Amino acid sequence: MARRENSEINAGSMADIAFLLLIFFLVTTTMDVDSGISRKLSEKPPENYEPPIIKMKNILEINLNRNDEMLIEDEIKKIADVKQIAIDFLDNGGGIGKEVDGVAGTACAYCNGNKSEKSSDHPNKAIISVQSDRGTSYGMYITVQNQLLSAYTELRNRYAKNHLKGKYAGKSYDDLLLLSSNDKENKDLKAVIKEVKEAYPQIISDAEPTK
Amino acid sequence: MSKFAKKKKGLPAVNTAALPDIVFMLLFFFMVTTTMRETELVIKAPQLPNATEVKKLEHKSLVSTIYVGKAKDQVKFGSGDKIQLNDKIASVNDIASFIYAEQEKHNPEEIPYMTTSIKSDVKASVGTIYDIRMELRDINALKVSYSTRSGDIGLNTK
Repeated sequence: MARRENSEINAGSMADIAFLLLIFFLVTTTMDVDSGISRKLSEKPPENYEPPIIKMKNILEINLNRNDEMLIEDEIKKIADVKQIAIDFLDNGGGIGKEVDGVAGTACAYCNGNKSEKSSDHPNKAIISVQSDRGTSYGMYITVQNQLLSAYTELRNRYAKNHLKGKYAGKSYDDLLLLSSNDKENKDLKAVIKEVKEAYPQIISDAEPTK
Repeated sequence: MSKFAKKKKGLPAVNTAALPDIVFMLLFFFMVTTTMRETELVIKAPQLPNATEVKKLEHKSLVSTIYVGKAKDQVKFGSGDKIQLNDKIASVNDIASFIYAEQEKHNPEEIPYMTTSIKSDVKASVGTIYDIRMELRDINALKVSYSTRSGDIGLNTK
């Protein structure tokens, strides 16, 4: 009997099989990273908690109705105006800031606002309150939140560019965040970012929606 | 002379022996990076709102997702905004147990870093989102991300 020993297995179709698998994984793979507007909710207040009394001038009131129309301080405004109004309000610096770590508050030295008596005292006292209706569309709500966040980012960028000293002088807040995403353990960078955040702390409150 | 006479040959075939190796390399790359879609949507795929101030969510394993939108099967579930947890349509009251179940899967020290991602359709109403937020606040799951795409915000209200 003529029997051939060790005849080679034909590996010619191996590539085809591998291609088939490859195409399957190519199709099923999803590489998109989930991204979004991140918020930290306020903690649940204890029972019979009395909210602190806040001067009206330190609150910017935004109302959204069920037809996606907007009132800011009882005047009808458009989406395009929100950012500038928020910046003017936050950056006003008309008075004295709140006490931080036992140090008495001072006037806002870095604010470029009008220093009006009628608007907020200090960025760390300025509260933006958004009240929507239960029927307001989610898209409208997100749009307003987005505009408010971009107002904060603009102010923080400006602060970082003009007031940071040392290694990170001249960098904007966005630059700092980018640096920190590549270098998570850097303590100096974290401290600098914290400083910028505290200059313009994000105080956005979501009031209970109207029915 | 004849010793140096060149034989006429066609082009030699390209050696394709290494082709499977290359393909396998690509294959392994995609096998490693791929993530299978875990949940099947019972609601209509939500059209996420656009935003410009977006932050990427890191640590995918620490994210639990809540979907909000209209049900695919509106005859069975009705036409209002529906909340989908895992692969079922649920009510607002189920959110607490859903989040607790998600927290069970992780070490206690990771729990404060867990984020809830709300993937909601632009046309959903704020009331539904508010109810979800209140549930999350009650069980102290305070990190929330409103899932958005980056794009033109003008499209949100159309």
